[in-house]
Amino acid sequence: MSGPMRGQGGQAGQGGLGGPRRRRGPGFGPPGHMAMMPTEKARNFRKTVRRFIGALAPEKYRILLVLVVAFMSTAGQVFGPKILGQGIDKVMDGIVGKNVGQYFPPGTTHEQAVELLHQMNSPLADVFASTNAIPGVGIDFGALASILLLLIGLYVAATIFSWIAWLTMAGVAQRTVYRMRRDVDEKLARLPLKYFDTHPRGDTLSRVTNDIDNIANTLQQSLTQILTALATIIGVLVMMIWISPILAAISLLVLPTAAISTMLIARRSQKQFASMWERTGVLNGQVEESHTGHSIVKIFGHQEDTIRRFDEENESLYDASFRAQFISGIVMPTMSFIGNLSYVVIAVLGGTMVATGSMSLGDVQAFIQYSRSFTMPITQVASITNILQSTIASAERVFDLLDEPEEIADPTQPVVLESVSGHVTLEKLSFRYEPDKPLIEDLNADVRSGEVLAIVGPTGAGKTTLVNLLMRFYELDKGSICLDGTDTRLMRRDDLRRTFGMVLQDTWLFGGTIRDNIAYGCDDPTEEEILAAAQAAHVDHFVRTLPDGYDTIIDDDASNLSQGEKQLLTIARAFLADPQILILDEATSSVDTRTEVLVQKAMARLMKGRTAFVIAHRLSTIRNADEILVMDHGQIVEQGTHKKLLAKRGFYYDLYNSQFEEAVAEAG
Amino acid sequence: MRRLLPTFLGPYRWRIALVMSLVAVQALGNLYLPSLNADIINYGVIRGDTDYILHTGAFMLGVTLVLGVCSIVGVYFGAMTAMAVGRDIRSALFRKVMEFSQQETNVFGTPSLITRNTNDVTQVQMVLVMAFNIMIMAPIMAVGGVVMAIREDVPLSGLLVVIIPTVILVISLVALRALPLFRSLQSKTDRVNQVMREKLAGMRVIRAFARTEREERRFDEANRDLTATQLRVNQLFAMMIPFLFAVMNLSTVAIVWFGGLRIDSGGMQIGNLAAFLQYVMMVLFSVLMAALIFIMVPRAAASAERIQQVLEVEEALCDPDEPQEIAAPRGVVEFRDVEFRYPGAEDAVLCSISFTARPGETTAIVGSTGSGKSTLVNLIPRFYDVTSGAVLVDGVDVRNLRQEDLWRLIGAVPQKAFLFSGSVATNLRYGNELADEAAIWRALTISQAGDFVREMEGGLEAEIDQGGANVSGGQRQRLAIARAVIKEPKIYVFDDSFSALDFATDRRLRRALKAETAESTVIIVASRVGTIMQADQIVVLEDGEIAGIGTHAQLMKECKTYREIVLSQLTEEEVA
Repeated sequence: MSGPMRGQGGQAGQGGLGGPRRRRGPGFGPPGHMAMMPTEKARNFRKTVRRFIGALAPEKYRILLVLVVAFMSTAGQVFGPKILGQGIDKVMDGIVGKNVGQYFPPGTTHEQAVELLHQMNSPLADVFASTNAIPGVGIDFGALASILLLLIGLYVAATIFSWIAWLTMAGVAQRTVYRMRRDVDEKLARLPLKYFDTHPRGDTLSRVTNDIDNIANTLQQSLTQILTALATIIGVLVMMIWISPILAAISLLVLPTAAISTMLIARRSQKQFASMWERTGVLNGQVEESHTGHSIVKIFGHQEDTIRRFDEENESLYDASFRAQFISGIVMPTMSFIGNLSYVVIAVLGGTMVATGSMSLGDVQAFIQYSRSFTMPITQVASITNILQSTIASAERVFDLLDEPEEIADPTQPVVLESVSGHVTLEKLSFRYEPDKPLIEDLNADVRSGEVLAIVGPTGAGKTTLVNLLMRFYELDKGSICLDGTDTRLMRRDDLRRTFGMVLQDTWLFGGTIRDNIAYGCDDPTEEEILAAAQAAHVDHFVRTLPDGYDTIIDDDASNLSQGEKQLLTIARAFLADPQILILDEATSSVDTRTEVLVQKAMARLMKGRTAFVIAHRLSTIRNADEILVMDHGQIVEQGTHKKLLAKRGFYYDLYNSQFEEAVAEAG
Repeated sequence: MRRLLPTFLGPYRWRIALVMSLVAVQALGNLYLPSLNADIINYGVIRGDTDYILHTGAFMLGVTLVLGVCSIVGVYFGAMTAMAVGRDIRSALFRKVMEFSQQETNVFGTPSLITRNTNDVTQVQMVLVMAFNIMIMAPIMAVGGVVMAIREDVPLSGLLVVIIPTVILVISLVALRALPLFRSLQSKTDRVNQVMREKLAGMRVIRAFARTEREERRFDEANRDLTATQLRVNQLFAMMIPFLFAVMNLSTVAIVWFGGLRIDSGGMQIGNLAAFLQYVMMVLFSVLMAALIFIMVPRAAASAERIQQVLEVEEALCDPDEPQEIAAPRGVVEFRDVEFRYPGAEDAVLCSISFTARPGETTAIVGSTGSGKSTLVNLIPRFYDVTSGAVLVDGVDVRNLRQEDLWRLIGAVPQKAFLFSGSVATNLRYGNELADEAAIWRALTISQAGDFVREMEGGLEAEIDQGGANVSGGQRQRLAIARAVIKEPKIYVFDDSFSALDFATDRRLRRALKAETAESTVIIVASRVGTIMQADQIVVLEDGEIAGIGTHAQLMKECKTYREIVLSQLTEEEVA
């Protein structure tokens, strides 16, 4: 009964649910657009599905409710047309009754009229026989009203059931997704740093965002949709068979054709879309590269060449996307042609059957409606495989993350040091990032409270490894690190780390005010404490020159601060945290000279009275260090004081000369 | 959108006209089908005329087939045109941005330009695809449906006066509430992403400060916030969709009831009732589709606006109408009383800058951050134009040269060494396409990159990721230097290009370069004193003005700023 646009309209309507969508492409598209993003397949589909169902366990009663209610909500679609058909029959009875009434005396019964019409050899005889018309009696509005009232009741009930189903499912989906995001976030806290050092950030990020969004969309829309679609298909099928087994058989010949052709086209367009997204990726990469390297492209005179390569790629994207759009665009016309085909077949056959009296008009009308309402759920079920596949693949990626091996748990009865003097002992330390590449072997060092240990070596010598071990970012293979005589593994990691202050080259600031960034290392510091820390780090003056002073908001990537200024802020942070032991990275490659003076002064002040591990680049720091570790190619090659190492005339001697002799000589 | 589309749709107007007429034909055909259906019932079924049913049925099938063909042809040209328009916009944008100077790039920022060139175009393209079908189809179907319904029966059409406004009202109410929710949904999604990105970037610091719990709280807040908004959006739609279906279903009931009354009074036939039902449904679906378009269009309009902004920029820097040429380039660079200020800025970045950099000499530029060092060297290749004074190369104002001629003379290594995806060799050939392997190795050796390239898997053919992400910062800088060396330019510009190198490598590199650049002008911006001490001429910048020019020894004596800079890096005893 709805026009040929029904499939299209309904689809688009539901595509719009849930707001902006990611993985499955722009939201409100005709059916062909549903599965635009490339579908990845899960490695272990069954296992992931089982686990995914497990993730839904907390909502099981609600899901059960949705199941029941969603089934009931299809009652309107399943019984509506049949009941409406009865209504139409009542109307038909009235019309035919009136029509025939003129030939018969009032009071003629239906049966008598049939008899008489046959005797008269009237073409109306069969039609009349198929109705319950009584000659001379018009439409029985009482009976019609009660049928329509029943129908209204049915529709209202179905709507209420739909509301319950959709609303419940919205809650289920959002709560589940909330829990997943929370689980992933909590998992991140338990992962060893190794994970973050070896996995690209973008990948982890996309698991938290894109993948979980994808799951949310499926839970929200597809699950309910599929439930209702299946219920509708079954219900409608039963109703069709009940009304007319012959017509049902014909519909069953037509409808699978529709389903199969849709799936075939969908599969082809899937391939085209995959190639379209691939080409889009390549082109976007090229645009990104050309725009980022803009000045290089120009100054090396490669504009023409770059544009030519862009044009080629742009053209092949055009080809791929045109093909994808075209093939997916065929789905709708094909569906509506097949829909119309079955409509005509049913109309013709049904009409003939009514004319011959073997079926009522209302039933034909109902049947047409049924066969129409068949197409939408079939398209939905046809596209579900792709959606499910991509959802399960997303779920698998999230589960993979949740399954990553975690850090060794903190001891159940941790040692808590009352006050820390800052005496650090490294005993027979051995550590490797990769099992077959020896890195630190049998390292011993004793750094007493207030002493300075300098780590020197050429670029890329692996100087941050020791930092990783001291902070327990990585676990030792052998040996031990003791803090005031206590093995650090007996302490809670957080307690251990609180005794350290770290100022690294890659400064990390988060989006927020400068005040919050300085206060990061401390619980609820007072305003005076923050100011004092800022003054000690020589950053107070600079902050005050900013328009909003300490309330200045630092951007996402802190692009409104220079590297040196960022470093000063992290030093202020360390001052405020007031740790017993410091880890400093001196390199200030991109810091300008003036700020560098400030950074240097601040660092020197910060180190006063604290034990310090310094990745050193400055001669003065190195010379004054109590112990020097010389690293090369990721290994500790020499160890000792400045004097001792120079006397040794080994690697340090060469390094020292190459790095500093020139500066010293030329400066003179 | 209103400005962008006419330009780019113009070339395809005939094709678009064809698509529109095909869609119109489809709409009309779809409107025609129910009335054929009515005929089947009225004249075939009720009269028991099987022949009529068969004839009309065959006709209907024919109409459907024509519609299908129309639709496929329409989709073919529609997709072709929409994608072609997308391609054209992308291409126009790309060419435009390629013409930009630094100044114009800065206005938008590189990331934003990339988004405009990619996502925004895709957004517009998608709307076009829909527009070619639904935007034309929906109004025709809606209006046509109403007209046809009225034709079937006028009094019954009175129902439409109730039904259509109800649907529109519901949709507008939902849209009014949903649009702001969509917007806040976007910002809340961004917030979750931002917190997560920060957390991933700062994992070491978070753990170092034992702030894991606090970060968890921060994420949980953002997560809860997002969940709540998402729930509200979904609840809204969960209410709306069943409601719309209910309106449609109840309309059907009403139509059958009132239709029954009309039939009983002899005003209409039962076949017309069936047709009427179908028309009403068509109208309702068209209204629904139109509403969905209204949600899509604002997003695309925003994208179109962003694209238009880029296309509308008038380039400040153009080639001169009558370019001068340098007959025998030597590479003398002269700054003559140069001033530069950003448009609208109160203070000049550079002010009264005059000096000359000569071939065979190294000119170093030092100064603290914000003193204008990078800006100064960016004036040489005309990434910016001076606001007064002039920059001259071999005595010719750079503004009188063709930009390409100017660039041919310059080998630049920018602050952020940028490599292109490809191999080591393709990156070096960027500097000189004809360079053979020997030349490449020579350049690599000079830039101290020979050793590590040899160690890389594949050597010269070793793969380089976009931006050079798979090599270390120091390696990236050395490859970028090699790329400049292989060009054999008259003028070298090193903008803080040694910062990621350790002192020993830095020194070796400068020694090797010295021999290579004997005939060229070398201009180095550096913050490390060791890098510049040996320069023939050092220009000291302070707050955009020259604080001193001379050799290291001269400046140590005469220039207080320079002395401060040196002493900040070397201790008194090291200098002495």
